Amino acid sequence: MNFFLEVLIGGLLSGVMYALVALGFVMIYKASGVFNFAQGAMVYLAALSVVGCIEQGAPLWLAIILAFIIMTLFGIATEKFVLRKLVNQPPIALFMATIGLAFFIEGIAPMVFGSDPRALELGIVDEPLPWVMDNWNMVISKFDLVAAGVAGVLVATLALFFQYTRIGRALRAVADDHQAALSIGIPLQHIWAIVWGVAGFVALVAGMMWGARNGVQFALTFTALKALPVLILGGFTSVPGAIIGGLIIGASEKLAEIYIPPVMQDLFGGNFGGIEGWFPYVLALLFLLVRPEGLFGEKHIDRV
Amino acid sequence: MLYREAGQFKTTYAADQQLFPIRQDRIGVITLLLVAFLGVPLFASEYWFSAILIPFLIFALAALGLNVLTGYAGQLSLGSAAFMAVGAYAAYNFQLRIEGIPILVSFALAGLTAAGVGILFGLPSLRIKGFYLAVATLAAQFFIVWCLTKFPWLSNNSSSGVISTQKLIIFGHELTTPVEKYLLVLSIVVVMALAAKNMVRSSTGRAWMAVRDMDVAASVIGIKLMPTKLLAFAVSSFYCGVAGALYAFCYLGSVEPDGFSLEMSFKILFMIIIGGVGSIMGSFLGAAFILLLPIFLDVALPFLAGLFGLPFSSATVSHIQITVFGALIMFFLIVEPHGLARLWQIAKEKLRLWPFPH
Repeated sequence: MNFFLEVLIGGLLSGVMYALVALGFVMIYKASGVFNFAQGAMVYLAALSVVGCIEQGAPLWLAIILAFIIMTLFGIATEKFVLRKLVNQPPIALFMATIGLAFFIEGIAPMVFGSDPRALELGIVDEPLPWVMDNWNMVISKFDLVAAGVAGVLVATLALFFQYTRIGRALRAVADDHQAALSIGIPLQHIWAIVWGVAGFVALVAGMMWGARNGVQFALTFTALKALPVLILGGFTSVPGAIIGGLIIGASEKLAEIYIPPVMQDLFGGNFGGIEGWFPYVLALLFLLVRPEGLFGEKHIDRV
Repeated sequence: MLYREAGQFKTTYAADQQLFPIRQDRIGVITLLLVAFLGVPLFASEYWFSAILIPFLIFALAALGLNVLTGYAGQLSLGSAAFMAVGAYAAYNFQLRIEGIPILVSFALAGLTAAGVGILFGLPSLRIKGFYLAVATLAAQFFIVWCLTKFPWLSNNSSSGVISTQKLIIFGHELTTPVEKYLLVLSIVVVMALAAKNMVRSSTGRAWMAVRDMDVAASVIGIKLMPTKLLAFAVSSFYCGVAGALYAFCYLGSVEPDGFSLEMSFKILFMIIIGGVGSIMGSFLGAAFILLLPIFLDVALPFLAGLFGLPFSSATVSHIQITVFGALIMFFLIVEPHGLARLWQIAKEKLRLWPFPH
C-alpha cells in the first residue's frame, strides 16, 4: 500500500510538470485558436536562454529576466511575422506553421546558446523529504513538491490575471469571439502579442523546472509530447483542465508503468517496459471516445 | 501557344471523362513516364538510384497516402510512419511465414494489413474531430512502434526488433541492382498513383471532399460518415503500408521500428503541405522538395562557409538545416498555402494564354 501511494504521489507530482507545459498550449489556443505545436520547442528555448545567460556570467535572477525578455520578444516576433500573415487561413495551416516554428527554434536556439546538455542549478535539491521518509517510509522528492508549488502559484496568478485585469478581460473576450471583441474596440493583434508573451512566460517556468530536473538538453522539446495527452484529456480551452488532466495522466502513467508490464509478461513473456510512451495517449483516446471535447472543453455545436 | 485546349473537342463520354482530358497533359505524362522508365535507367548513376530516386518514389507514395486522408478526407494524421512500419513488418512476416509467397502478393497483403490497422485507429475519427483527432493519431504512432519493438514474434526474435528483408524475387528473377529495384518501385508507384487519381474523382473521392469541407453538411446530404471516413483511413494506410514495405525491401534492406519515428511522420506531413494538400501531383513535388532540400543544404552550406571563411562544424550545419527547414515551411505556408501544386496550376493558367495574355 505504501508503495502504491508512493508511486501515486510521484505520478501526481510529475503530472504537475506535464500540466506546466500544457498550460502554455491552453493559453494560446484559448486566445487565438492556434494549436501551438512549438510550445515544447519554446520550453527548450527558454531553458537554453537561462543557461546561456548564466554562462555569460549573469546571476540567476538576471538570467531569468533576460530569458523572459527573449521569450517575450520571440513571442511578439512570431505573432508579427508568422501568425499575422496567416490570418483567415484554416486552423490546420496555422498548426502546420507552428510545427515549422518548432523546427526553426530547435535549429536556431542551439546555434545561439550551444547544444551540449547542461545542468541548470536553481538551488533546490532533488532529494527525498526526510520527514515523510521517516514516518511513512515513502520517497517523495522535495524538488517535485517545489515544482508543484510553482505550478500552483502560476495557475493562481494566471487565473487572477485573467479575472481581474483589464488585459485579462480583453483576453477572455478575444477567446470568446474574435469578431465581437474587434467590434468593441479590442486591439486583436496587441492581444495576440500579449498572449504569446504570456505563453513564453509559461514556457520559461516550465523550461526552468524541467531543465533543473533533467538538464537543459534537446530532449526538453519532447515535453510537448508529454503535454499533448494532458491537453486532449483536459480539453484544449480549459486551464483547470490542464491541471486535472496533468494529474490524471501523471498518476495513471506511473501506475501503469509499474503494474501493467508484469501482467503482460505473464501473458506473453518478454520485457514490456516503456509503456509510458504510449499509455497516456491511449488513455486519453479512450477517454475521448466518451467525451469528445475532453474533461472541461467547450462543447462544440456544429452549425451547417 | 503550346498549351492550349482550344479545338480539342470531346465527342464521346469516354473522351470526356478520361484521366487527362487535355492532349498536352497526356503527351506530358507519357513523356515523363518514358523518361522515368527508359531514360533515367540509361543515364543515372547508382548513387542517384539508391540515395535519391528510390527514396523519392517511396516517400511520394507515402505522401500520396497521407494526402488521401488529410488532403481529400480532411482527417489530420500524425501517424503515417507507423503505418509504414506496419507495412514493412507485415511484408517481412508474410515472406517469412508463408512458403513461396510471391513478393508482390506479400506487398499487397502488407498494404491490406496496414489498412486493417488504419481502420482500427481511424475508429475514433467518428467521435473526435480536428486537433483532438490529430493528437489521437499520435497514439497509433507510439503504440505501433512500441509493439514492434516489444513483441519479438513480429521481428522473428531479433534483438530490438531489427529485421533484414528477404530477397526480392519476381517471376523467378532476383532483383539485386539499384536499377531493377528502381524499376520495381517506379512501376508500383505509377500504378498506385493512377489509381489514386482515379479514386479521388470517383463518387468516393467526392464524398471524401464533402466530408472534408464540412462533415455535418455531408451527412445531411446523405453521405454516410462512418464508411467514408474509415475508407479514407483504410486507403491511406494501404498506401502508407505499401510504401513502408518498399522502404524496407527496396530502399534500406534492414529496418528497425524506431526508424519509423514521429519525425518521419512529420516529414511526410511536410511533403504534403509543401507539395499541396489535396493534390496527387503535390505529393510528388513535396516529396522531391523535402528530400532534396537536405541534400542541397549539405552541399551548399560548406560551400558557403568556405566562401565567407566561416568555420562550420557538422553540428552547426545540421542546426542550420533544421532552421532553414522550419523557416521554409512557414514561408511556404505564408506565401502559398496551397503548395507547389498550386504554383504549377498558376503556371498552367498563364501558359494557356501565353504569349498573348489579352
